[in-house]
Amino acid sequence: MNPRTMYRKIWEAHLVREAPGEPSLIYIDRHLIHEVTSPQAFAGLRAAGRKVRRPDLTFAVMDHSVPTKDRNLPILDTAAAGQFDALARSCREAGITLFDMFSRNQGIVHVIGPELGLTQPGQTIVCGDSHTSTHGAFGTLSFGIGTSEVEHVLATQCMQQYESKTMHIVVNGKRGKGVSAKDIILAIIGKIGIGGGAGHVFEYAGEAIRALSMDGRMTVCNMSIEGGARAGMIAPDDKTFAYLEGRPYIPRRKEFQEAVQSWKALTTDSGAKFDATVEIDASALAPQVTWGTNPGMVTGVTGRVPDPGSFRDPDDQKAVARALAYMDLKPGTALVDVPVDRVFIGSCTNSRMNDLRAAARVVAGKHISKNLKGALVVPGSMIVKSEAEAEGLDKIFMDAGFEWRDAGCSMCLGMNPDILLPGERAASTSNRNFEGRQGKDSRTHLVSPIMAAAAAIAGHFVDVREWNVEAPE
Amino acid sequence: MQPFSKHTGIVLPLDRVNVDTDQMVPKQFLKLQTKQGYGRVLFYDWRYLPGDKPNPEFILNWPRYKGASVLLARAGFGCGSSREHAPWAIADYGFRVIVAPNYADIFYSNCFMSGILPVRLPEAQIDELFRRAEQQEGYSLTADLPAQTITDESGLNYRFEIDEFRKHVLLEGLDEIGITLKYAPRIAEYEKSHQPGATMYSPVDAKYSPNR
Repeated sequence: MNPRTMYRKIWEAHLVREAPGEPSLIYIDRHLIHEVTSPQAFAGLRAAGRKVRRPDLTFAVMDHSVPTKDRNLPILDTAAAGQFDALARSCREAGITLFDMFSRNQGIVHVIGPELGLTQPGQTIVCGDSHTSTHGAFGTLSFGIGTSEVEHVLATQCMQQYESKTMHIVVNGKRGKGVSAKDIILAIIGKIGIGGGAGHVFEYAGEAIRALSMDGRMTVCNMSIEGGARAGMIAPDDKTFAYLEGRPYIPRRKEFQEAVQSWKALTTDSGAKFDATVEIDASALAPQVTWGTNPGMVTGVTGRVPDPGSFRDPDDQKAVARALAYMDLKPGTALVDVPVDRVFIGSCTNSRMNDLRAAARVVAGKHISKNLKGALVVPGSMIVKSEAEAEGLDKIFMDAGFEWRDAGCSMCLGMNPDILLPGERAASTSNRNFEGRQGKDSRTHLVSPIMAAAAAIAGHFVDVREWNVEAPE
Repeated sequence: MQPFSKHTGIVLPLDRVNVDTDQMVPKQFLKLQTKQGYGRVLFYDWRYLPGDKPNPEFILNWPRYKGASVLLARAGFGCGSSREHAPWAIADYGFRVIVAPNYADIFYSNCFMSGILPVRLPEAQIDELFRRAEQQEGYSLTADLPAQTITDESGLNYRFEIDEFRKHVLLEGLDEIGITLKYAPRIAEYEKSHQPGATMYSPVDAKYSPNR
């Protein structure tokens, strides 16, 4: 048998049909849905007189538009309320498991999937959200889909897909103190560009990837889409199995042991070929800060805002000039001299326990700068929120001047009341810094949780390595 | 789905790289429950000044591009969020063809669902098209899907590649779900041999759950 990549193994195990000159039909083990990209899909299903084929493999959560405070009060945003009602109605009609706004298990879809043990190695997982790649951290083939494909999966539990190319992203070396998983993925995107992974599925490997906790691996896989990839994955290992053991949807006892044996067989065979390889040295990485209007416009924190003229391609020069004008940054400015108005610690990229613990260590006993207009910590799920409260993290953040909220997508994309005002600049642990992402005319800088925490205290970006703090494991 | 065969239209040259889907449809418009009506908000933040007044500096508002139905774009078109609202807006506005060097994967797939033909051409050809579109008022292109060509009235003729299956689906305006459901017996066979499932071993706080 030819040596196969993990991607190929999962792909072949899910083939329902393949034929030359046509996309293959692959089976989907988990269909995750949320309120924003599903209404039209359910409406389409009803209009065509079709039913949900596998309600038992479909899981819904309210996350994008939910308020992160005062959840018991009536929702003022009637359109959002309409979406919540539509989702609840569709789930009730089809018998689909729904984690609604008041569920103790509610949270950002890509945080609760693994938390519940819904995400399991070797699976295919889709969701109408591009950060579905997060689940790849468990050795799954997970990718984002559009609403028409959501309807397709609801009706058939399958996707029409062409097999992707594969890119081996090998991160060797040991991260320096103060360097996080977030910095690894930002540096990768900085190196390959936001289109660098187009047509590819990434497999992350190497010493520095193995050393990451599951939270850190999820951070890396989460932003695969920002590098243009279809999906990103990391082979499961003992850390993966330990994370999953005992979670609600994970088999128990003998069945669990058997599952672990089959999960171990997923790893890429030695000698398997990838279509492309990229190597990164983790020991050479500095904490990263984006300066522009896409995640590829990034540099180390000791760096400076670049000059548009330093880019060779005229289109790039124009894009950089435009980005700097939007971000109100001058070429040559040191990143550590850039002040911030708000700090947001949250999102499916960085809102899990390790992220919050590390950020709390930075701010403990200190207070946010008086230059800040506000600072927000939004746990990724209500479970994370209660675990954090049990460890006293909420008190640490609130004593430091942060607001402590309920779980949801919050300020990552401002579809709920948490937005930046025009002109405001934020240090954000989220995944996109496009123009207007966090609010019209707002300015987003993507950083790791400890970099965001440090920026909150200092009122501007700092090289957190000088603060002698540990990054999330 | 609306079939596509041949289309001739005025070209709008959107000369920016990496136009992301947040620019095409900002988040506040993702709260609708329909697929229609997004054309009005296409490129909202670039297109309108405060008070929803058209921004005269943005190319979509220039009189010479009124009625444009062929969108000429640069590399990385459609990057970012998977929101299908972006191609819905593009189609609802009236664009039937996009011509660019490359697209983000999810966006590219989503275009076909809306009956939009996304054409890929080499950078040098795209550069030439931008030159012609910017120089000549009313510049128009014809996209011929069966022949796989992009032509103009001055003898330009570029051939584009497109996956056979996607071409067929677009030409016929086929319902993709209907196609897949033809293989329902195969799907059932897979389910029987692989037994995909999601058993709940300890309780969760959820509604409407069929899982045990």
